Amino acid sequence: MSEKEKTLELIDLKKYYPIKKGVLQKVVGHVKAVDGVSFHINKGETFGLVGESGCGKSTIGKTIIRLTPPTAGQALYKGTDIFSLDKKSLRTLRPHVQMIFQDPYSSLNPKMPVGEIIGEAVREHGIVSDKDYREYVMNIMKICGLRPYHIDRYPHEFSGGQRQRICIARSIALNPDLVIADEPVSALDVSIQAQIINLMKDIQQRNGISYLFISHDLSVVEYISDVVGVMYLGSLVELAPKKELFKHPAHPYTQALLSAVPVPDPDVKMNRVLLQGDIPSPVNPPSGCKFHTRCPYAKPICSEVTPEFKEHAPGHKCACHLYNDGSWV
Amino acid sequence: MMLYALVRSMPADYVSLSTSSSQKITEEMRDNLRKIYGLDKGIIEGYFDWLWSALHGDLGVSLTRNRPVAEVIAEYAPVTFTVALIALILELLIAIPLGIAAARRQYSKFDYAITAFVFIGISMPIFFLAALLKKCFGPYGFSLLPISGMLTARVNYPDGMTFAKLMDYAQHLVLPITCFVVTGVGGYLRYVRTNMLDALSADYVRTARAKGLPESTVVYRHAFRNTLIPIVTILGGSLPGLFSGAAVTEGIFALEGLGNIALKASYMADIPYLMGFNMFLVVLTVIGYLITDILYAVVDPRVRLG
Repeated sequence: MSEKEKTLELIDLKKYYPIKKGVLQKVVGHVKAVDGVSFHINKGETFGLVGESGCGKSTIGKTIIRLTPPTAGQALYKGTDIFSLDKKSLRTLRPHVQMIFQDPYSSLNPKMPVGEIIGEAVREHGIVSDKDYREYVMNIMKICGLRPYHIDRYPHEFSGGQRQRICIARSIALNPDLVIADEPVSALDVSIQAQIINLMKDIQQRNGISYLFISHDLSVVEYISDVVGVMYLGSLVELAPKKELFKHPAHPYTQALLSAVPVPDPDVKMNRVLLQGDIPSPVNPPSGCKFHTRCPYAKPICSEVTPEFKEHAPGHKCACHLYNDGSWV
Repeated sequence: MMLYALVRSMPADYVSLSTSSSQKITEEMRDNLRKIYGLDKGIIEGYFDWLWSALHGDLGVSLTRNRPVAEVIAEYAPVTFTVALIALILELLIAIPLGIAAARRQYSKFDYAITAFVFIGISMPIFFLAALLKKCFGPYGFSLLPISGMLTARVNYPDGMTFAKLMDYAQHLVLPITCFVVTGVGGYLRYVRTNMLDALSADYVRTARAKGLPESTVVYRHAFRNTLIPIVTILGGSLPGLFSGAAVTEGIFALEGLGNIALKASYMADIPYLMGFNMFLVVLTVIGYLITDILYAVVDPRVRLG
């Protein structure tokens, strides 16, 4: 793995939101949305980030492009730390790291024609000359499956899938090396999801970009990702190449997630791992292993010592006490 | 109809008011006068009479001014309109940038300061503010500005507009306009701020930031353009207010404008003028909404296509 070029490397990223109370707005605690996450994305690969709602997936995405300031940690984009950039260098970095948002309905400015939505930043960053600008935008639209005459239309004239195509066109128009896709398909229905994901894959092959693909939908992640990271309450609990992870899920949480994925075959007996209880509050995460409150295999040590996030097999990392005694299979 | 009923229901009439000071006038003479002015008829008959002539373009003759109502309105409207328009432009010039700035720094000290200022402005009764301004800047205060009228008395200006005359007008208008602006700016400012807050938290603004656009482009091109629609809506509705809201202020500063005349007319139960003035406001309201609808097409490209 390490011989490949890393597009993005996160080192111990933390993002705490302060909870303020009272007249004086005293900070009484923190929501630990992201609590020490490290991973990297190789050039031209897709990193799938999965987890329940509220586990901090989207926060990671937003923090990487500095829509919200990080609390601690580093995000190395080709070796430079995004978090240490000043405003000016951040703007020069912007075209290289782009984001696709979850809701294609609200994330497009309703009062701008599509061509302008896609092309505004192209012009702003001077990616093509003014002469070729319109043609460039049309070309991008064509790649994304939009018709050239759509260029002067407004977002409300499009369906959800087309809007997401516009969002994708908008982000790749800047020739990014990394696209952070925050649940890009969860607002769409299944038939459209497939189209959009295939489009994203095509673009990846064509331009060699990397994706950070954030989703709660395991089947989607399985389809598009090369490496998958599973998050629980602000931390990664397991990280492995896709095939490895889906074949040998190690962490009990991953196993539970995978067992919940519906299989389109009524004859398959599902061996469901049912989780008890709700996801604990990220304000006061449980001690030790954060998952011990719901883990079917919890041992006394789990509530006392935080398990190390370590590599058990090549490229397969997991944070669980179950495997610390060498019982890895 | 409602208006006519209200205006006619005033407890006094023009004849008794204007003749009350002279002892020699008998009740018969008053009744004669009432007949001349058409005040002897009942409310319903009177209304249809008025309506009939109004539909023929005749708003009647102002009782207090002895001239056709339309003429009076045409003569004094420019004064009111100039004052109100200048005030409105100033209000917008203050409200829009400050509203945007406050929204961008929500809950900061700056935002709170703006809010405090706004509420003082909104809560301040206009007559109190006017009195305060007169005291401060008039002959008993800093003696900087004239406190009433349109032109300095006892200065003879040649006919037509000269620079000196214009400056004299301007000086006289400073205080009334200040009065308008202080009391009126708050509403707009709050409105801009609220709508800007909405727009700034919208997803497409986040998208614009992620695109790497400079902050000013994000704020003005993406967020502010989307707040224009509600702003245009209240602006259209405020057109009649430009003429009517002026009554008290014009009265205090003795400006010869429509509002001031309307104030006097209502003291004297000048029914034709009051009706004419109100009709004028009604027409303005309709025009205001028409302008609003036209402006929608300018600020919202979607309307143009539809």
